Formats: sequence, structure tokens, C-alpha cells
Amino acid sequence: MLLSPLTVVLIPLVGALLIALAGDRDRLRDALGWITAIAFFSGVVAQVGPVLDGAGRSQHVWSLMPGLDIAFAVEPLGLIFALVAATLWLVATLYAQCYMKTLGYRHLGRFFACYAIALGAAAGVAFSANLLTLFVFYEVLSLSTYPLVAHSGTAKARDGARIYLGYLLATSIGLLLVAVLWVWHSTGTLEFTPGGIIAGHIDPVWIPVLAGLFMLGIGKAALMPVHRWLPAAMVAPAPVSALLHAVAVVKAGVFSVLKVAVFVFGTDTLVDTGAGLWISWVAAFTIVAASLIALRLEDLKARLAYSTISQLNYIVLGAMVATPLAVIGAAMHIAMHAVAKITLFFGAGAIQVAHDRKKVAELDGLGRAMPITFGAFTIGTLSIIGLPLFGGAWSKWYLVLGSLEAHQWVLVGALMASSLLNILYLLVIPIRAFFAPAAEGVPNHYAEAPWPMLVAMTLTAAGCVALFFWPDPLYRLAGMLLEGGTS
Amino acid sequence: MAISEWLPFSVLVPLIAAPICALLPGRALPWLLAWLAALASLAITASALPQLWQGAISYPFGNWPPPIGIEYRIDAANGLVALLVSAVAAFVLPWARPINDHEIPERQGVFYALFLLAFAGLLGITLTGDAFNVFVFLEISSLSTYALVAHGWDRRALLASFRYLIMGTVGATFLLIGIGFLYMMTGTLNMADLAERLPEVQDTRTVRAALAFIVVGLGLKLALFPLHLWLPNAYAYAPSFISTFLAATATKVALYVMLRFAFTVFGVEYSFDALPLGAVLMTLAIAGMFAGSWVAMFQRNLKRLLAYSSVAQVGYMVLGVSLATSAGVAAGMLHLFNHALMKGALFMALGTLFWRVGSVRLDRLAGIGREMPWTMTAFALAGLSLIGVPLTAGFISKWYLVLAVLEAGQPWLIALIMITSLMAVYYVWRVIEAAWFTPAPAGREPVREAPVRLLVPVYVVVAANFWFGIDTRLTVGGAEAAARALLGVGP
Repeated sequence: MLLSPLTVVLIPLVGALLIALAGDRDRLRDALGWITAIAFFSGVVAQVGPVLDGAGRSQHVWSLMPGLDIAFAVEPLGLIFALVAATLWLVATLYAQCYMKTLGYRHLGRFFACYAIALGAAAGVAFSANLLTLFVFYEVLSLSTYPLVAHSGTAKARDGARIYLGYLLATSIGLLLVAVLWVWHSTGTLEFTPGGIIAGHIDPVWIPVLAGLFMLGIGKAALMPVHRWLPAAMVAPAPVSALLHAVAVVKAGVFSVLKVAVFVFGTDTLVDTGAGLWISWVAAFTIVAASLIALRLEDLKARLAYSTISQLNYIVLGAMVATPLAVIGAAMHIAMHAVAKITLFFGAGAIQVAHDRKKVAELDGLGRAMPITFGAFTIGTLSIIGLPLFGGAWSKWYLVLGSLEAHQWVLVGALMASSLLNILYLLVIPIRAFFAPAAEGVPNHYAEAPWPMLVAMTLTAAGCVALFFWPDPLYRLAGMLLEGGTS
Repeated sequence: MAISEWLPFSVLVPLIAAPICALLPGRALPWLLAWLAALASLAITASALPQLWQGAISYPFGNWPPPIGIEYRIDAANGLVALLVSAVAAFVLPWARPINDHEIPERQGVFYALFLLAFAGLLGITLTGDAFNVFVFLEISSLSTYALVAHGWDRRALLASFRYLIMGTVGATFLLIGIGFLYMMTGTLNMADLAERLPEVQDTRTVRAALAFIVVGLGLKLALFPLHLWLPNAYAYAPSFISTFLAATATKVALYVMLRFAFTVFGVEYSFDALPLGAVLMTLAIAGMFAGSWVAMFQRNLKRLLAYSSVAQVGYMVLGVSLATSAGVAAGMLHLFNHALMKGALFMALGTLFWRVGSVRLDRLAGIGREMPWTMTAFALAGLSLIGVPLTAGFISKWYLVLAVLEAGQPWLIALIMITSLMAVYYVWRVIEAAWFTPAPAGREPVREAPVRLLVPVYVVVAANFWFGIDTRLTVGGAEAAARALLGVGP
């Protein structure tokens, strides 16, 4: 059954309401969580066929002001993002319900309700047909994830959540909204149009400035210097870091970046004017700088956070280089990185549940006690490095080819350097866990996390491998993105 | 009878109901009469609205034709404001009944009589087409408001009321002096007539002084920075119902009158060329936006927080107006309407909290989000509108204000609007954080959620914030028509 985009967006929002009403009744709430996630997943999957046939649904919901509409259109890029979010939500539901109960968190009604709202907002971003709709759901996403970051209510959590929301709202209201208004003022439309809408309406001298407003305004893409919210958000419980700060929230950011690059600026405009190049250098700088910072971090989740910052900027870089292969690579990287990074965060959470360890140095030898966790962790790491046999290889391949196409050797260098640094700061963790002598207090017998979390990790790790062997649907969707645009 | 003949009754009904109300015994009857009067005014102003889109309606009092007699002259601008004032009264009163029973246990007849006078006064200021009549109604509403503020539960309400009285009287006197000057120069008090006669004498110092006196006098009433000093305490110590009503209406009416004088009576060219009114208003608006937001960020008393936020929000309205373009004035009028919705909802939620907790201090309200989730959610939702999150009325206001600023070729103002919006994020978020993510203070009795009869009116106003953030036909259409009416272009 093909649901309208609005219905798909509403499924998690209605689910959230029911979950909130279920409150502390654990079984009812968990059941509702599953029903919502499954309904949402099937709603999104049903959109794939029509989009591949070139007939994605579009839907006009409401005119907010004359010419300013809340409208949805399912197109390939949005579908990639929605599919990734919906699929991983299923896995994360399994993981999160177990994690939150094992660690004895309270107020779970609020927690899972906000979790669902965030997914609904992510779907809204994915299916948005114009900048206004995108902006609306982008803000809903920021607001709905605040309670999740602050969830434990400790002073540290409140501080982290404050930084989180402060950065996201400051950039979106202070820069992104200004950019949106600028586009509206000069072009009279906010519609996402293949080939872009600003060509001929804005003086080319100003396009780099507008691009800067957009790219820094989309704070969720974590371009330096607006990246600080991401490590701050790591005070959240692991399922939040996993699904939201490796998938829904950050991918909403880079998705918006891509969407703006392709449908507002237009890849041709970006390539011709070179307006995005300065941002792609900032992105390259961020990629390397974040990796260097990650090297020095002792806290596992903080290290993963900086790794995320670095990886997100692969996509910003690809979007701003804007050659066809770079855009395809960037679009594919949304999926590849999501699957790999959620595996790593699942692993970090599992280690916390089973052994209450957060520091990297404390993990030596833990691999022998937690073989499944660290096995999955290794696979996720290899995919992020971009080695063949793992999905990440494809997106990195296209990103490098795209940068070569644009003769941007510096960018190619940054991507390569990042791979090496990944080995140093990520791969070293499972290697030491398996082969280093055991750290103090590490048991030398099997002591794994509860089984639902292991299942979740195994599934996402398998996903990393599967995406290497069957990248074709993803590649086709990413390729379709450009058919209307640059041809 | 044609609607034009009904219109004066929107003022007369509450005015006549007031003395009756004062004589009624008990609590239920005065409240009922006040509510019926408010509903009657709402019905009349609402039914007149469609006609105002076409053009102005004039009603000569006592059949004395203007400019001899007093004329009521209603166009899209004051029609919208009158609708707002009467709608606020009609929707807040059902909520106010249990609140007032709690805060004003005795002599409610007099209290509601005073309220009706204040209400009639505000409507009278809005609808009249006679400059002196403006002053008369301004005094009617002000005097009764001073008494209403003094009804607050805290003894500091008396001092706040006294301060308000001093400042308000200064403002009213300035207005009177200004009107006197105009009368001296032109020999007429009818606004339309004044507008015709003023160009002949406009190059005199007297007329310039008149404009200055009127703007300063109304600036006091409007709480335009730095003339806002009466406002925070008056709002903070007044009874919850009065804070709500004043925050949603009083400053709005004052702004409307200022626009009426500046644009219709003096004419936009004169006001903005002969005197640097544009520059002055813009400077004060920006100063108010920053000063109000800045002080609000550090308030511990939530009513004062909202009051200072009002000073900042008045700044947004005046900023739009100071551009003196039709888009700017429309943005100002739009925010005038939307801000009434936000502040109405916020003060109602706060009043409901006070009803249960007995305090509006931030530290006393820590952790209240878990005990009174519905009330606090209403506050949070209205707070989102104040910040200007999309799909709320506040977003529409900001959107039009920024577009007006862009259109006027002053893009640097956008930065100021955005920075003050972020300051609003800060002060709203402090409350949300305290309510949900801070443990309740030791020694506070656990409280229960407010009853449904309080929550329903609060949520009606909260819903209005979202409704007018999604369906903007009435507000944007009304504000644009109001701007055209004020600037005298088209119908």
C-alpha cells in the first residue's frame, strides 16, 4: 500500500503521542514502539518502487503564506535518507528498549516518545519539497532531541543539552533562516527544483556568501566551527547517540546540505562559479582536524563523536565539489556511514552496559570477553576506513573520483589522510581489545552484553558487508538524483 | 440595522455594564455580566470585520456630523485591534473566574466593573475618530487599570500601581498637550479633519512640538524603551488575570494610536521627514529589543521575565513601523496581533501555575513539569511561539519582519532580529530546563495538575498560536489591509 508522504511522517508522530500516554506501562509502551517503527518502515519501503519508476509521490499539504507551502515530494535522495533512518530505527528499537531498562533509566515514556518524534521529523526533512518544509522539520528535530540529550537530568547532561540546543538553534535561526529568507526574497520561490533556483537571481559575487550561510547554518552537518554540539550531545544515553547522533540528526544535516547543493544552488551553478569550493576546503580541514582531535581523546564516545564530525564532512565536501561522481559518493555515504557508525555506537553502549567502561585505555583485552561486540566494532571500523568488502569503500571511491574530476588534489589528499588517521584512532581500539594484555579488572571469560543488543549489532555489522556486495539499489537512487539536475 | 449602527455598542455595552456590575452581589453574577459584555463586543467587532476590508465605516455620535460631533471611524487597522481586544477579553474571562476567586476573594463586583471600564476604554481608544475622545478613553482605561493593578495579592502591587499611575499620567498629559497644540493650530479635533488641515500649518514649531508630545506620551503607554519602567512591576504584581489582559491588549492599543497619529493625522511624509521619527523609533526599538531581552535573561520572577520580554517584543513592532513602508507597518501590525496571542497564552499558563504553587519564582517552579505536565507543556508551546519556531504565529511575525527589513534595503537589521531571537531562546529555555530537568526544591508541597476548566481556555489560546502560525489568511490579510488603511493607500 502506497501511503502519502504526509501519512508516513505522521506515523511516528501519532506513535509518539500513544507512547507518551502509555508512560510507565512497560509492555504496552514497548509494543507501541515496535508497532510504530514497523509501520513507519513499511510506509517508507513502499515508496521505493514508485521512485525507481520515476513516479515518486508529491503532495501539497497547506499554504502557510501565499507561495510558501508545506509540501512533500518523495525523490531519490530523500528516499535514501528515509530508508536508512527507518531501517536502523527497527534495529535501534531492539537495542534501545534493552539498554534503557538494563541501566535503569526512568521517564521512559517521555524518552521513547521524543525518540519517535525525532524520527518523524527526520522523515519530514527527507520528504520535504521546499526549503520552508525542510526548515520546519529541521527545527522540530532539534527541539525533539533536546529532552533526549538532557534525559538523565544531571548537571552534566543539562550542560551538554544546553550546548547542543544552543548551537543548533543559533545556527538555524541565525544563519539558515537568513539564507532561506534571502533565497525567498531574491527568487520568489523556495521549491526544490532540479538544476537549482538561484541561477540568474543572485549576483555570482554573493553566491559564496549564501553558500556559507547555508552550510554553517545547517549546524547539524557539523562543519567546523559549528561542530561543538556533537561531542556535547554525547552525554545522552547510547541509543540516542547511536540512532540520532550517528543517523537521524546528523544525516538530516548532511542531507539538507546535499539537497540545498543540488536543488537550490544546482550542481552546474556550483561547478561553474566555484562558489562551494571554499566550503569544501573548510570541510577538508574539518575532516583532518576532527581526526587529529579524535586521536587524543580518551573517552570512547567522544572519539566516536569526532569521527562522526570528520565523516559528515565527507558529504559536505562532496556536495560542495558538486561534480556528478562527488554528489553520488556523498549521497551513498549517507547510508554507508550511518550503518557503520551506528554499529560503533551500539558497541560503545554494550561495553558500558556489560562492564561500565568508557575510556579507551580501559578496553585493552576486553575483546576476548566480548568477542561479538568487538567483532561488530571491527567491521564498522573497517567500513568507515573505506576498505573493500565493506560498504564504506564505495562511497569513498566515488568521493575521491569526484574530487579528481574537479582536479582538487588537496581534497583527495584530505580524504586519504583521513583513512590513515581512522586506522590510528579507530582500528586501534578493537586491535588492542583483542591482542593487548588485559587491562585491570577485565575478566578473561566470556562476559557479553544482553542478547538483544548483540543481535542489533550483528545486524548492522552484517549491513556493512551487505552494502559492499549489493550497493546497486543505492547507486541507482543516487544516480537518479542527478538525472534531472546536470543532464 | 446596518452594522455601522451597531458598532458603537461594542464600546457602550461594557461601559454601561460596568456600573451595573459594581452593584451586583457575589462572585458569579459580576463575572457573568462581564463575560456577556465581552462576548457582545466580540460579536459586534467580528461581524464588522468583513466590511472593513472594503473600506472604512463612519458613525456620527448623536447624529452630529463630523467634524462637529464625535465620529467613530473604523477601518481595517482599528477593526483588527478592536477584534483583538474583545477576543482576548472574551477568551481570557472563562479562565479567569477560578483564578480571580483565588486571588481576589472579596468585592468582585467592583473588580469586574473596573475591568469592564478598562476594556471599554481600550475599545473606545481604538474605535474613535476624534483626537480628544482618544484622550478621554485613554484616561478611562488607565485610571481603572491603576486600580486593577493595585488588586494584586502582593503588597508591592500598591507601589507598582502608584508608579504606573505617575508614569501613565505623565504620558496622558503629554498626549493632551499634543492634542491641545493641534487644536490650537487647526481648530478641529476630528482626525480626518486634522489630517486635511494640518498641511497648511505643518511648518510651524507648534505642530512639530505636538507630534513630539504625542509620540512621547504614547511611547510611555506603549512601554517603548526607555519609557518602559512602569511595565515590569505593573505586570509582575497585578492579579494574574489583569497581567494577562494588559499584556495582550494595552500596549497594542497604544501602538495603534501612535500609528494613527503618525500616519493618518500627521501623514507619513511629515512624521518621517519633518521629524526624524524613523531614526528615533528605530533606535529606540533596537535598544528596547536588546535591553528587554537582556534583562529578561536574568529574571528569576517569571512574570517579570515575560514583562521584560514584552518590552523587547514591542521593539519588534516598532522596528517594523519605523521602516515606514507598507511591508514594515504590516509586519508591525502582524506582530501586534501575534504577540497578543503569545503573551496571552504565556501569562495564562503562568497564572495557572501560580494558582497551584502560589509563586512564579523560577526556583520554586523547579521540577514542576512533572507535577503539572499539561500546564507546563502549554507554557513551553507558547514559548516556542515567542521564540518564533516555524508553524507558530511567532514565526510568521519574524518572517514578515525580516522580509520588510530586506525590502527596505536594511539587511543589517536582520542580524539584530536574529540575535534577539536567540536571546528569547535563552530565557524561554531557562524555564523549560528548570521545569523538567531540575529536581523540585526541598520544602515545596507536591502539587496536582490544574483542573480541566483552567486548562481548556489556556489550550484554546495556545492552539490559536499554532492556528495563526499555519492559517495566516486572517492575520496577514488583516495586517496588510491595516497597513494600507494607516498609510492611506487603497481601500
